[in-house]
Amino acid sequence: MKRPYFWVHLAKDLRIEWRSRDAINSMLFFALLVVVIFSLAFDPTRSFARQISAPVLCVAILFAAVSALNQTWARELRHNVLDAHRMSPSPAGALFLGKVLANFLFVSVIELILAPLFVIFYNLHALGNVWLLLLAVPLGTWSILINGTFFAALSIRSRNRELLLPLILFPIFMPALLAMVLAIAAILSGESDPSLWIKVLLSYDVIFTTISLLLFDTILYAED
Amino acid sequence: MKVFRWLWAAATLAVLANGFRVAMYVVPADRDQGDLSRILYYHVPSWCGMAIFFALNLICSIVYLALRNRNKVIALKADALALTSAEMGVVYCLIGMTTGSIWGRAAWGIWWTWDARLTTTLVLWLIYVAYLLLRRFTSGAEMRTLAAVLAIFGYADVPIVYMSTRWWRTQHPSPVFFGGPNSGLDPSMLPALFWNMAGWIMWGILIVSLRYSAEIRAQRAQEKAAVAALEVA
Repeated sequence: MKRPYFWVHLAKDLRIEWRSRDAINSMLFFALLVVVIFSLAFDPTRSFARQISAPVLCVAILFAAVSALNQTWARELRHNVLDAHRMSPSPAGALFLGKVLANFLFVSVIELILAPLFVIFYNLHALGNVWLLLLAVPLGTWSILINGTFFAALSIRSRNRELLLPLILFPIFMPALLAMVLAIAAILSGESDPSLWIKVLLSYDVIFTTISLLLFDTILYAED
Repeated sequence: MKVFRWLWAAATLAVLANGFRVAMYVVPADRDQGDLSRILYYHVPSWCGMAIFFALNLICSIVYLALRNRNKVIALKADALALTSAEMGVVYCLIGMTTGSIWGRAAWGIWWTWDARLTTTLVLWLIYVAYLLLRRFTSGAEMRTLAAVLAIFGYADVPIVYMSTRWWRTQHPSPVFFGGPNSGLDPSMLPALFWNMAGWIMWGILIVSLRYSAEIRAQRAQEKAAVAALEVA
């Protein structure tokens, strides 16, 4: 049976990552550093530790994801692999979807390792419905990666691509960041209902996944 | 064309001068705010200008994407207009935020509050500055395509930003400001608003037309340089 195209791309990215572990190692250490730096800057022993833990987690994930996203397409530039992708019969959307799924898996691994550390560092115990985190965090991660992977492909041709990605990703990502932080904070504090923010994240994801899949063709063949 | 532009510039100045006269001396001061309310006649037109030029930017970006392989001449014109309208929108946005901030300092005692509308405009401003930066960091035909794609992303983000900041602030109502300063404007004040609205939008069109012709010239110079480079090789 023929495997779908995006599955082939995903398997290839996972295999490369399994052999080098570049992205996961660098992201993990980077996220850890961000968490430690924010903790030192904000003094987490005080009573507002619970309030700042959700923003710190989201920002750490965002920064770590950006550091890895810069590499995700640079890998394809070596030996003109990107040109090979352009000539291959596989649709552009499949290449994009494979990349997003691979990055999503990497970042999810980081989050799974980071979560227990967070509980220890910030002495957390969630007061709301913890299971909702399984909905809010993946949705928020997807919102970073769908736009991040797209803009990384977009900025790959610029003179200073490492700098450009955060410059265009952060403003577009802001509403999702707001929703992600508020949803996680609501779950951790148990004071308000996170369902509104989960819906915002869901609609953000649906809208931008659609636009990205529709416009990725244009980006991949922008030179023609 | 040149004569027309001079005439347009003269008309713009005349309308702006009359707008200033009507706003400052003719219409009555606000019952609650006094003369402070007159900044409204400069604040509101800048938002209208921003809305017009960001929408124009989206339309031109879509036109560019649709025509870039079929009709290159029109596509390049659309791209030049997309760039200049984004620049103009950013300027209007800045004017709107500045006048709003001055008003806020006098009326609420603070320069800035993280209210839904203020946050939305700030994010909007950041998105379009990022758009202008992208245009600076890349070059050639692909830059135009990438910028047009980013314009679509930016515009799609605006309603989400607005709704999310509104829900964010509705959950924790801000103590200083709820509702709007201009909920229901007295009909006697409308002439000032109309004159300034017309004047500032004419001003925007004037600047955009100047920037547009400069941009078209830059495009031509680039093309000429590219052809010359080919001939040498």
